[in-house]
Amino acid sequence: MYLDNSATTKISSEVLEEMLPYLKDEFGNPSTLYSVGRESKKALEQARQRIADSINAKKDEIIFTSGGSESDNLAIKGVAFKLQKKGKHIISSEIEHPAVKETLHFLESLDFKVTYLPVYDNGIIKIEDLKEAITPETILITIMHGNNEIGTLQPIEEIGKIAHENNILFHTDAVQTFGKVEVDVEKQNIDLLSVSSHKINGPKGVGAIYIKKGVRLVPLIHGGGQERGIRSGTENVAGIVGFGKAAELACSQLDEHAEKLSKIRDEIIEKVLDTIPESYLNGDRDQRLPNVINFRFKAIEGESLILLLDSKGYQTSTGSACSSKTLEASPVLTALGLDPVDVHGSLRISLAPESDVFDVDEFVEAIAQSVERLRKMSPLWNNELDYNAIVGRK
Amino acid sequence: MDYSDKVMDHFANPRNCRPMEDADGVGQVGNPTCGDLMTIYIKVEDDKIADISFQTFGCGAAIATSSMITEIAVGKTLDEALQISRNDVAEELDGLPPVKMHCSNLAADGLQAAIENYYETHQS
Ligand SMILES: Cc1ncc(COP(=O)(O)O)c(C=O)c1O
Ligand code: FES
Repeated sequence: MYLDNSATTKISSEVLEEMLPYLKDEFGNPSTLYSVGRESKKALEQARQRIADSINAKKDEIIFTSGGSESDNLAIKGVAFKLQKKGKHIISSEIEHPAVKETLHFLESLDFKVTYLPVYDNGIIKIEDLKEAITPETILITIMHGNNEIGTLQPIEEIGKIAHENNILFHTDAVQTFGKVEVDVEKQNIDLLSVSSHKINGPKGVGAIYIKKGVRLVPLIHGGGQERGIRSGTENVAGIVGFGKAAELACSQLDEHAEKLSKIRDEIIEKVLDTIPESYLNGDRDQRLPNVINFRFKAIEGESLILLLDSKGYQTSTGSACSSKTLEASPVLTALGLDPVDVHGSLRISLAPESDVFDVDEFVEAIAQSVERLRKMSPLWNNELDYNAIVGRK
Repeated sequence: MDYSDKVMDHFANPRNCRPMEDADGVGQVGNPTCGDLMTIYIKVEDDKIADISFQTFGCGAAIATSSMITEIAVGKTLDEALQISRNDVAEELDGLPPVKMHCSNLAADGLQAAIENYYETHQS
């Protein structure tokens, strides 16, 4: 059972069907005038309309990109470079995806100043902190909608309202929320928004950015002037067509899926917390994506838990230092105020609409057995050790 | 993670994974790199490792290397056991991903610490 849908999802057969013609006979370049090009152009514009409809935007406010990372980069650098004469201060949060965080670090190297709002133990920023962080130099607020690791939702409508009261642009990374919870750029006061196809059963390597009419930014990719000059390069027509279809499918069944998934989510949370001693939920209990759960279990390490669960047929993930390329504990879980030793024992479960076929009791039993097994092996379980002293940390 | 079959075997069926109440030497080591922790217990008879066991808080590689080092060390004299290096452990496991080499360090360090602890507590 694949339970790592925050990482990526399986392409749906309806999406694939819709894409195939554009990988075969409909190969035309949308910028050309003869008929095969016109077909591609039509398909591209239909996809654009579908994305626009699903977030309550207008068609010409949607620009296609290579995915969430590019959209985040374009929004943040594009605004920063456009408005740097007005000010060089940006406000963000401590739990952004690397596509946002690393872009901000890059801008800091160019003398921009960034305030990272803390998230507290529930994984949500405080509006008061945001208000206090605003300066006359602030040009952009970039705060994600739903977090990819712990699933918490930020109060974006209010953030957008405050941004606009202060004449500041608001960007939100909605890669995890798009197609899963309501995204409405009008109602939620959003100026720029990033979405990605592969998180909603669409193909990889395609995404979009919403740019509110009137908002100007500097392009990242210069060239032939496609996508109204904001994103040059011959369009990934098949990918975009697939993305459009995936968005239409996800958004037309959004309420139904959200209800179904949050029920499974809540059942898993209750049963795990009930049956496994010293187990905890990371992130707010209620303000969360319908499909994301993040636990931590005392005295065990996440990579070994992932391996055991995989051997029982469940694919999940962890924020443990041992499973990261840099051997650092997840910055998101660390931002909740957790010690690295507790971050070690984290487990992320992310569902998809097709997850309703699996047996929750069996799954919870598999987690319980794996946790127990690793605890039997762990010198930290039922043992009062001075962990930090032994591993050489302060 | 790209683990060899042998690593996966030692992870899934760890050898000698248990606490030892009457150990002659106990080595407890941790690693600031990722924060893993290991305890090695030894029982010594005639200057040889008569029994050895471990407990580990760490990744698949950390558990597999702990398990492997108990197999390599058992029956060896203390001097021989002190010579076991992290490369010996990794080699016996058909290699480890580069980022996981530090986990095998821990196993070698844990065994050394257990032997040192034995010497400290059993000086005649
Ligand atoms: C919150 C968030 N933002 C951005 C991205 C990057 O999207 P992509 O993989 O399409 O570049 C991801 C996914 O990895 C994500 O979860
Ligand atoms: S114990 Fe942390 S990477 Fe092996």
